[in-house]
Amino acid sequence: MSVSDDPALSRDDVAYLAGLARIDLTDAELDHLAPQLGVILDSVAVVGEVADADIPPMSHAVPTSNVFRADEVRPGLTHEEALSGAPQEEQQRFSVPRILTEEA
Amino acid sequence: MSSEDDLTRLSATELAERLAAGDTTSVQATQAHLDRIADVDGNVHAFLHVDVDGALEQADAVDRRRADGELLHPLAGVPIAVKDLLATKGMPTTCGSRMLEGWIPPYDATVVERLRAAGLPILGKTNMDEFAMGSSTEHSAYGPTRNPWNLGRIPGGSGGGSAAAVAAYEAPLAIGTDTGGSIRQPGAVTGTVGVKPTYGGVSRYGLVALASSLDQAGPVTRTVRDAALLHDLIGGHDPRDSTSIDAPVPPVLDALDGDLTGLRVGVVTELGGEGYQPGVRARFEESLELLTKAGAEIVEVSCPSFTKALAAYYLILPSEASSNLARFDAMRFGLRVGPEGVDAPSAEQVMAATRAAGFGSEVKRRIILGTYALSSGYYDAYYGSAQKVRTLISREFDAAFGRTDVLVSPTTPTTAFEFGAKLDDPLAMYLNDVATIPANLAGVPGLSLPIGLADEDGLPSGLQVLAPAMADDRLYRVGSVLERLLEEQWGGPLLGRAPELASSTGVGR
Repeated sequence: MSVSDDPALSRDDVAYLAGLARIDLTDAELDHLAPQLGVILDSVAVVGEVADADIPPMSHAVPTSNVFRADEVRPGLTHEEALSGAPQEEQQRFSVPRILTEEA
Repeated sequence: MSSEDDLTRLSATELAERLAAGDTTSVQATQAHLDRIADVDGNVHAFLHVDVDGALEQADAVDRRRADGELLHPLAGVPIAVKDLLATKGMPTTCGSRMLEGWIPPYDATVVERLRAAGLPILGKTNMDEFAMGSSTEHSAYGPTRNPWNLGRIPGGSGGGSAAAVAAYEAPLAIGTDTGGSIRQPGAVTGTVGVKPTYGGVSRYGLVALASSLDQAGPVTRTVRDAALLHDLIGGHDPRDSTSIDAPVPPVLDALDGDLTGLRVGVVTELGGEGYQPGVRARFEESLELLTKAGAEIVEVSCPSFTKALAAYYLILPSEASSNLARFDAMRFGLRVGPEGVDAPSAEQVMAATRAAGFGSEVKRRIILGTYALSSGYYDAYYGSAQKVRTLISREFDAAFGRTDVLVSPTTPTTAFEFGAKLDDPLAMYLNDVATIPANLAGVPGLSLPIGLADEDGLPSGLQVLAPAMADDRLYRVGSVLERLLEEQWGGPLLGRAPELASSTGVGR
């Protein structure tokens, strides 16, 4: 499934996008968000007036490239510090829910 | 206690002078601000966390350094509040979100590191719209901050907590961050000073990223001079931020109280007029007259693409935010909740349930908008076009600065509005930043200072000064002169006209 061509987002479109963004939305949230996003999209569509113009895109205010720092050993976080915010830890590692399905 | 003896009523500069002269100590100054917080913050709610013991320890340490004759930074010993978006080692950092409730970073942001090294005791962390998305603090998961001028009104956002803390004399200084106006807009509506430095002028290391190409930390203060001192302290190159500009901090201190003779001040046609509250426009026009009297030459400049800035911003920001906020995946830090009624849920299910529970409505709205703008088939039409508009805006700034030295506009179209007025109308909320956004898109610096009260509602309005990239000193040159001329008219700072806040600790105190 992909997002429909209609500039206004349908409820299903929003549900699909929420899935891509890994956010479970309730039915009430979907009902509320779809029209709101439609209004926002209508108003930002004005950028399309320059879509065909030959203008270079700007991703960053200050153009920089190849920014390196010296390749020197510096103190980093200890195991304890790195794990201090972990929801769950085991044997000095982050413990996470299963990442594979049983069939796989 | 008379107001001269109340250390919380001094500017940071005045407090620093007393500290240097040995007339008071940092412990006394810090305690005075902690007492003030205890007294009024129940009403204002500028703080999400107050670090009483830590602040007093740092104050004691800097008092000892001073007693030992150490050469200290001019602001050493002056307490400061830090927006809850900056990582603070050993102190909670929530970004106003349930997602990070109780998270204690294992490291300091570079800005925080510099504050600590200079001996500024950190009073606590200030409230904000969740992940800096909002213009009112109503999107904080921990409840809004109230405007000290009128507790029924918003303090601006996202950095409403920092601005309100300074306006309520709970802190002489604060750190804010500005992605589309989150320092300048709260400054304007609370009658305080806020500066967004040139993009890359202040390190972003340790700032929880909203939109990496737009975010910038900066000073939140009551006077222009205080802002310059703080800017000078936190600015400058940081090898830990690859977008940090490797050049000296612009001479912001030397620029104070300069001469405006011959300075060309451009008024941007597109950042004013229709949609701007009459009282805001009136104060702005009066400020232009003052600048003229001070020797500046006012010229009108047109930047037609600025009318598309808001649209470009609300594509670029959600796109970058949807990508940046992907880090909140319930795996290494922050909230983790499982989906209801699922045995042995997968990481993906836990992620989606956690993000549902941990993010508020505005964050969800913008992540989904960004996901859409970046999705294949829509990328060119939305994100790609927004980046072209960004180029046009940058070019128009260049052209305008070819004819002028600085640009000015009202900082915000209106004064502080009532809670709830725009909460469920995202577009109306977004319009608050219509004048501040162009600077973020182009990376140029901006300063907002209070210019008076609007006639309609008696609430503060602000003027914004914009300068070319790395010409931040010009903001202070114009700001300090205009501030002095306005205060001569008012007979003192504008904040002196704010109502006294009632104690929130109940009767009997």
